[in-house]
Amino acid sequence: MKNFIKSFFIVTFLLCTSAQVIAAEKVELLKTDWSFKGLLGKFDRGSLQRGYQVYTEVCSSCHSMKYLSYRNLGEKGGPEFSEAEVKAIAASFEVTDGPNADGEMFERPGKLSDKFVKPYDNVKAAQAANGGAYPPDMSVLAKARSGGVDYIYSLLQGYEGIPSGMILDEGVHYNKYMYGNKIKMASPLSDGIVEYGDGTEATVEQMSKDITTFLMWAAEPHLESRHQMGFKAIIYLIILTILVYFSMKKIWSRVESEV
Amino acid sequence: MSDHEYVPSSKFGKWFNDRLPLLSLASHLTDYPTPKNLNYWWTFGGILTFCLITQIVTGLTLAMHYIAHADMAFESVEHIMRDVNYGWLIRYIHANGASMFFLAVYIHIFRSLFYGSYKSPREIIWIIGIIIYLLMMAAAFMGYVLPWGQMSFWGATVITNLFSAIPLVGEGIVNWLWGGYSVDNPTLTRFFTLHYLIPFLILGLVVLHIWALHIPGNNNPIGIDVKKPSKDTVPFHPYIVIKDAFALLMFTIVFAFFVFYSPNILGHADNYIEANPLVTPAHIVPEWYLLPFYAILRSVPDKLLGVVAMLSAILILAALPWLDTSKIRSAVFRPLYKQFYWILVADVLILGYVGAMPAEGLYLLIARVATAYYFVHFLFILPILGFKEKTIPVPLSITEPVLGGMPNLATVKQKESLKK
Repeated sequence: MKNFIKSFFIVTFLLCTSAQVIAAEKVELLKTDWSFKGLLGKFDRGSLQRGYQVYTEVCSSCHSMKYLSYRNLGEKGGPEFSEAEVKAIAASFEVTDGPNADGEMFERPGKLSDKFVKPYDNVKAAQAANGGAYPPDMSVLAKARSGGVDYIYSLLQGYEGIPSGMILDEGVHYNKYMYGNKIKMASPLSDGIVEYGDGTEATVEQMSKDITTFLMWAAEPHLESRHQMGFKAIIYLIILTILVYFSMKKIWSRVESEV
Repeated sequence: MSDHEYVPSSKFGKWFNDRLPLLSLASHLTDYPTPKNLNYWWTFGGILTFCLITQIVTGLTLAMHYIAHADMAFESVEHIMRDVNYGWLIRYIHANGASMFFLAVYIHIFRSLFYGSYKSPREIIWIIGIIIYLLMMAAAFMGYVLPWGQMSFWGATVITNLFSAIPLVGEGIVNWLWGGYSVDNPTLTRFFTLHYLIPFLILGLVVLHIWALHIPGNNNPIGIDVKKPSKDTVPFHPYIVIKDAFALLMFTIVFAFFVFYSPNILGHADNYIEANPLVTPAHIVPEWYLLPFYAILRSVPDKLLGVVAMLSAILILAALPWLDTSKIRSAVFRPLYKQFYWILVADVLILGYVGAMPAEGLYLLIARVATAYYFVHFLFILPILGFKEKTIPVPLSITEPVLGGMPNLATVKQKESLKK
C-alpha cells in the first residue's frame, strides 16, 4: 500500500513537471530593480517625474489615461510635482467644456480637477488613426498585463530584427515579448527622443524604466501608503498574536491537556 | 446543550429572559461543552465566520460607491481604488477576502473528511455546510462579474452558457438568466442584486449550521462520542474562544500579506481590461477556487455530460454520510482510509492545476484520469472500504487512554512506525 501511494505521487509529480516543461516555451522577461517592490517599497520620485515627461511627449499622442486627473500629479505618493508645476501642467492643455449660457461648447485651459486630456474623441477615431488597432488606455495598464511592469519594461525594449522566414504585413512590427510577436505599435522609444530636465541620459533602457514606473503609479496611486500601512498592520498583528498565544497557554494550563 | 437551567441573577434579567431567552442563549454559548482534544484544524469554523462578516462589512461599504451599470461599473471600481478614502483597502480586503474564505472552507471541508465529521449524527450539519459551499460559489462567481472586466464578462458568458446544455429549454433558460440575448447590463444588475442577497442567506444557514452542531456537539480528532459535560470537555469560553482567537490572528497575518503586498496575485490581469463583447481573451479561466470543478467540466467531451459531471462532483458530497459505510469516524483509526484520503487531496490539487491550463494534450489526459478517480473515490472506494478495512481499536474516551493505560494516539503512532 505504501509503495502504491509513493508511486502515485511520483507519477503525478512527473506528469505535472513534464506538463510544465511543455508549457515553458515563454520568453524570459527582462528584469530590473524596481524601487516600489518590497515591504516598504516606494516610488522613485525622479523616475516618476521623468516617466510623466515620457508619457506626455511620447505615449500621450496615441494612449489615453482617462482615470487620472492633473491633481493626481501633485498628490502624495505620486510624482509630487509642486502645486505651481501641476497648475502649469494642467493649464498647458486645452479642455473642451460647456455648454455655456449660449449652448455652445468652448475651449479653456485645463484645471487641477480635469481628467487627462484624451488624444482621440472615441475608440473608433483612435482605431482609424492607428491602422485599426486601438492603443489601450494606460490608466491601469501595468495591472492589466500578465507579467505586469516587467512585461511593459521588456516590451518597450523588445523591438528586434524580424527573424528570417517571418513575413509581416505593412504596419505590423516584430516584438520579442508581445503575445504572438506581432505588434501594431512601432517602436516608440529611441535614444534621446526626450530631453530630461534633470540631466539623466535618455537611453531607451532608462526611458523604459521611467515610463513603466510612472504607469505602475498610475495603476496603483496608493501603493506607497498600502506598503506603509501593511508593514504596521502586520507588525501589530504579530505582537498581538504572541500576546494571545501566551494568554492561551496560561488559560489552558488549568486543564491537563496539550494545546 | 448544558444540563443545568440558567437563571439570571438580576430581577430585570429574569423578567427579560422569561420573555426572550437571550441570556440563556449567551449562557449556552459560553458554557457549551467542547471536546478538549480539538486540534487547530477545528479553528476554521470561527475563521470562516470572521471571513463571512468581513465580506459583508466590506461589501456593504463597496456597494455605497459601486455603480451596477455596464457603462459605469469598471469606472466606479477605479473611482473606489483612487478617490474613495481607503477604497483601495476595502476593495482589496473584499477581493482577497473571497480567496481567503475559500481557502478556509476547503480546509474546513477536508478536516471534516479526515475526521469523519459528516457521519451520524452530524449529517444535517454536513448537508447545510454543502449548501453554504454552493451558495459561496454562486456569490463568488457573481462578485467576480461586478468589476466588469474582461474575465468578468467572459467568465459570466461561459458559466451562464452551461445552462444551454439542458435539452429543449436550455437556450430559453440562458436568455432568461441574461435578461437578453447576451451578457449585458440586465445581467450585471441582477448579478449585483443576487450578490448582495446571497451572503445574508449564507448568514442564516450559518446560524442553522451552528445550531445543528450544538445538538450533538463537536466531533473530535479521536472521533468518539464524548459525555458532556465531563472530564473530556472544556467550556467554550474561555478555552475555545482564546484558541480560536489565536488561530484567527495567524490567519489574518496571511490575509494581510495578500491584501497589502500581493493584492492582485490571486486575480487575473485581464480583469483590469474593461469588458469588451467583441474581444475574447486568449484563455478564459475562473478564479482559483473553482478550478477543480472547471477541470471536471472540461474533461468530459460532451457539454451536457460535462455539466452533469461538474454538478455531481459537488452534490456527491451531500451523499457522503451514506457513501462512507465505515462506523469509525476518525481516519486516525482507519489506516487504509487515511491513505486514500491523501490521494484524494492530491487528486483535487491536480484537478485544480490542470483546470488552470489549456484543455489539450497531456493536461486533458491528466484531467480525465483525475476526474475519474474523484468519482471512483466516492462511489467505489469509500463504500467498499467500510466493509474491508481492518481498523485500529478506538479508545473509549479522550482521557481514558491516558488514565486507563489504553493505547493513546502517540503510542499507537509509535507502534505503527515500529512495524515498518
